[in-house]
Amino acid sequence: MFLFETDEHAELRKNARRFAETRIKPHASAWEEAEEFPRELYGEVARAGLLGVSYPEELGGMGGDISHALVASEEMVLAGHSVGTVVGVGSHGIALPPIVRLGTPEQKERFVRPVLTGEKISALGITEPGGGSDVASLRTTAVRDGDHYVVNGSKTFITSGVRADFVTTAVRTGGPGHGGVSLLVIERGTKGFTVGKKLKKTGWWATDTAELSFEECRVPVANLIGEENTGFYAIMMNFASERIYLAAQCVAIAELAYRESITYAKERHAFGKSLMGFQVTRHKLADMASRIAAARALTGEITIRYVRGEDVTSLAAKAKNVATDTCSFVCDQAVQIHGGNGYMREYLVERLYRDARLYPIGGGTREIMNEIISKTEGYG
Amino acid sequence: MKILVPLKRVADPDNANKVKVNAGKLVTTGLEWKPNPFDEYAVETALRLTENGTATKTRQGEVVVVTFGPKDSETTLRAMLGTGADRAIRVDTGDDQIDGDVVARALKALVEKEKPDLVLCGKQAVDGDSGQVGQQLAEYLGWPQATFAGSIESEGDKALLVGREVDGGTIKLRVELPAVVSVDLRIVAPKSVKSVHTPATHAYPEGVRFAALMAIMAAKKKPLAEVKLADLTSDAAPKIQYLDYELPPARKAGVKVKDVTELVTRLKTEAKVV
Repeated sequence: MFLFETDEHAELRKNARRFAETRIKPHASAWEEAEEFPRELYGEVARAGLLGVSYPEELGGMGGDISHALVASEEMVLAGHSVGTVVGVGSHGIALPPIVRLGTPEQKERFVRPVLTGEKISALGITEPGGGSDVASLRTTAVRDGDHYVVNGSKTFITSGVRADFVTTAVRTGGPGHGGVSLLVIERGTKGFTVGKKLKKTGWWATDTAELSFEECRVPVANLIGEENTGFYAIMMNFASERIYLAAQCVAIAELAYRESITYAKERHAFGKSLMGFQVTRHKLADMASRIAAARALTGEITIRYVRGEDVTSLAAKAKNVATDTCSFVCDQAVQIHGGNGYMREYLVERLYRDARLYPIGGGTREIMNEIISKTEGYG
Repeated sequence: MKILVPLKRVADPDNANKVKVNAGKLVTTGLEWKPNPFDEYAVETALRLTENGTATKTRQGEVVVVTFGPKDSETTLRAMLGTGADRAIRVDTGDDQIDGDVVARALKALVEKEKPDLVLCGKQAVDGDSGQVGQQLAEYLGWPQATFAGSIESEGDKALLVGREVDGGTIKLRVELPAVVSVDLRIVAPKSVKSVHTPATHAYPEGVRFAALMAIMAAKKKPLAEVKLADLTSDAAPKIQYLDYELPPARKAGVKVKDVTELVTRLKTEAKVV
């Protein structure tokens, strides 16, 4: 539990747990192995009141703020046992905020509302095959032609990209550098927009990840989010909240791996006693618990600061790295405690170990986080 | 229709293995409290009877939830207010200084004050499994009762047609309101509850509804009153005395057999069951 949690968060946790235990957990392994969860799940999550958490009521959301969203998502991971499913269902967490923040009332009705009811799937398209974290150098172009932009280029590693009904896409509408970037909503079915193959990944199997390409793709000017050439700032704002989400996912995954390890250490016997009977196991678990406590504390702190409206750019980078390192360490130790079984696909920690590898890369790599910290700390 | 739903919090039945006994007393420290599942079904039923299932924002009646317990049992009431109940009452007691009879007599006084058209309760609590409160309350009030309801159809909010599942079929009882009805698991199936406010074709999602986050937040502002047990009944002494508690014996380790022949032999000679 995070320090910021109130009785409301506790009730929300109960809802998320009940939903995930009955609707995700029984299928977790099957969906992960099939590399897909049923599309209907979006609607079910919406009806359980979990999809619209942190979105305004007037757009069909459930109210609350990011702290509520983190709690709901953590509990879905803990009780659902499928990180891929939870992050797939949650891809609107990065695709919608720019529209909510900067979109016109008409854009919010068209794009936000149907996603929060689970009818439409949304994705965020930033990374390109030619370069990931270097947003200011992105090469997908959008050239104005009357009432349309003509988009050319491609995006990759797009979470939920295979099934997305629209993609909040970063494009270059102006000159080089960050001053020429805009956000454009590109809808499935637009001529010239093709979804490439579903990418094979290390972890996050239950969620689909795609490469998208745009060839002379005509997108209505009405789909421009915010003002032209101001997209970079919107993307940076979005990165801050995305990194808080990712940090919280790391805490959740680590917590789950830790719990699984405790159960296993009590049940598994070797040399005449349970693994828990060995000091080496207990100390491993103690280290895991300590690191989780630290990551949870920092993630909780940044959440409070974010809700207060503080600029959290630097702290988000620090929190993501701390939580990422915790998650990698804890999942590695969890596999070690499980021994040979930890290397087997039928054990949950094997999957969590693979899921954990995403986090030092996705949403800005560990190295980019350190660059952000270097800049904000003013190392010169 | 105005409905009163008494509910009880119980130690999380999924963690029953954490219950400990110390010197003949039940130790519940560290246990998580949950609303008794059958009482949650009663709240769900009450909500279905007092709303249009296709437009649930406007209430078509009133649901009052009541519990007996210490201050922290208000969490359970707040959860129900988040789910949709309109008002809550907490009768201030300890968790273990009451029995079904005390509760039924106190509820009688509360019913006379609140004047609901219907008292809906769970068929039993999953901790003590006594299953007495509903029946005793109906007796004390002199009201008709229908127990273990698997379906309820409101007839113009004047009478209820209650389906009770029994071996080999369903008994349908018509009870004139006011009445006491206790509910069973199947009452939360999609079409188990029919009211005058909801189109007959409407199907609810299976089970108890999820509270929306904004409703959980709004629940803080809904009225929650505290009542003293002594104000409801002059005789608050429990009739049931619990003398001792004992945990079930730990399961012994099993035996591995090498083939069916050995299994049958052992079932005959050792277990003596065939």
